[in-house]
Amino acid sequence: MRRNRSRWLFPTVILAGAILVFILRSTTNDYVLAIACFAGINIILAVSLNLTNGFTGLFSLGHPAFMAVGGYISAIMTFPVARKTMLLPALPSWLATQQWSFLPAMVLGGLGATLAAFLVGFPVLRLKGHYLAVATLGFIIILQVLITNMESFTRGPLGLNGLPMLTNLWWVYMCVVITVYVCWKVKHSSLGRSMLAIRENEMAAECLGIPLARTRIMAFALGAFFAGIGGGLWAHLVTVITPTSFSVVMAFNLVVMVVVGGSGSITGAAFAAIMLTLMAEVLRPLEESLEAYGISEIIIAAGLLLILIFRSQGVFGGQEPGFLVRSGYGPSDEGKNPLSFGKVKGGTA
Amino acid sequence: MGSYLAEQLLNGLILGSMYALIAIGFSMIYGIIRLINFAHGDIVMIGAFVTLGLVMNGKISFMVIVVLVLLAGALMGILIERVAFRPMRGAPQVTGFITSLAISILLQNLGILLLTAQPRNFFIPDYLQVFLHIGPVSLRTIDLAIIVTAIVFMTLLVFLVKYTRLGMAMRATAENLNVARLMGININRIIMLTFAIGSGLAGVAGMMWGGKYGQIDPLLGFVPGLKAFVAAVIGGVGSITGAMMGGYLLGFAEVLFVGLLPPIYSSYRDAFVFTTLILILLVLPTGFFGKKTEGEA
Repeated sequence: MRRNRSRWLFPTVILAGAILVFILRSTTNDYVLAIACFAGINIILAVSLNLTNGFTGLFSLGHPAFMAVGGYISAIMTFPVARKTMLLPALPSWLATQQWSFLPAMVLGGLGATLAAFLVGFPVLRLKGHYLAVATLGFIIILQVLITNMESFTRGPLGLNGLPMLTNLWWVYMCVVITVYVCWKVKHSSLGRSMLAIRENEMAAECLGIPLARTRIMAFALGAFFAGIGGGLWAHLVTVITPTSFSVVMAFNLVVMVVVGGSGSITGAAFAAIMLTLMAEVLRPLEESLEAYGISEIIIAAGLLLILIFRSQGVFGGQEPGFLVRSGYGPSDEGKNPLSFGKVKGGTA
Repeated sequence: MGSYLAEQLLNGLILGSMYALIAIGFSMIYGIIRLINFAHGDIVMIGAFVTLGLVMNGKISFMVIVVLVLLAGALMGILIERVAFRPMRGAPQVTGFITSLAISILLQNLGILLLTAQPRNFFIPDYLQVFLHIGPVSLRTIDLAIIVTAIVFMTLLVFLVKYTRLGMAMRATAENLNVARLMGININRIIMLTFAIGSGLAGVAGMMWGGKYGQIDPLLGFVPGLKAFVAAVIGGVGSITGAMMGGYLLGFAEVLFVGLLPPIYSSYRDAFVFTTLILILLVLPTGFFGKKTEGEA
């Protein structure tokens, strides 16, 4: 039964999405399209962050850093040669004469982000829990400093502006489909089950012969690839990219999407990404009319607190809705201690 | 060169004093409930603004203001613990971490909403701005006040933790929460007091930050908060003496990194701090003074 259902499900969903994109593009204005693009990019980012944070239980905050890598690489590759000689005179000549089209530039950005994930992941993934979170947060700041100082490639704090506006809803949609499809397949493959096993109980997973380090770094690097793609799309939608574009607040918002959706749930992450994008757009006019800047962040943060307190497993609770798949994996209660956070440590052992 | 080095060391001492005061709270809270409290840095911001409000509004003596700021920070800490962290105890560590990030963003944006993002000038009384010349170095009285206040508070804290019943209860709770509860210790009260003490010290650090740099804004807590975390990690999270030593070490290291290397490298200052963090986490996950950690693989 299930096999049949999923065989028809994907083409149907993809077709429905494509029709929606077509209708949106032919009936609405640029403003709505831009919001739809942002929502799509956020889906890519949230779903791919879910690979590390949701499936594997590696709490990374480094997604904006990988977005920055992908965004800058693709921006430099698509930048028109004429503008390059003006804005980036110190660029090496082999780079200054290049002007790629969008797809290869974006893929190169994604590969760059993957490479960065490998380099960072090998040392950092040995850390666990919130130590990993803080180390990846540190990585965002280190990368911001590096980008600010590599002026011949990035124009330093000024950033690159006037990028060609290559991103449109079709590009975003294509990337969303690929990201969701790959993550879905990963979740229901043996690799995905290994990831879930590591999340649930590392030692048991290792005893079953799951290579911990390799699986972890696979999750991290795969997530980073899509983050790089997302960064490329983002850069060519906003058309400006600066070292502070990809900030800790962005990391926080992405984590909110994963947590609100329910760690490990692809549908949940996508749903939360759409909701959060729409909410930010709805709140912005309110913010401006009341001249109460910061109120949208306050509302989002307060909403997150309420969800964490009253429904800590997220809206979808780590599972996919029943009409898409039958079996699901709930979040683990392992190591729960009613008094302190996380596993309690006994004595001085 | 000698006096330049001495001045750099003095700057390191001042910066280190502030890092140490913030790091203590970080470390104490982690020691008791295994929570990395990101909102800790924003208490620094609140401390700075409370000071500014008190200085601008009346003729309260600066000594009284120190006490009031300490109380304000403590109250804020208790409030955060009560409203956000207590309902969430028992959740995975990472949930606590996200909660504290949410509170941090909440406080920052409340600050922007109520006080605008515009930096404000900080006022300190004239007698704190007198220049002194001691041997090869010259410094303002505020610098001296920062160093002395930090030492006084840290001595008081060590005394409290080592020699009082409350301190003993706190140490027992940090050692093993469940057993401490079986021994009749009121866990909730101890956790609340830990938040109060740590946050109070962070508030005082905010006051110093304002006095030292002369300008404050609602986002000022973020970077010192992160760096105090680095300091706590250097010292070994959970250890109070470790946090103090880590604070001073980081203060010296940062100032010397900027002061002794050619100026081109000074813009790499924050990258240096966080690379140190990652290295320490990897090579020496328990820090220099910590007993054990869950951070290593």
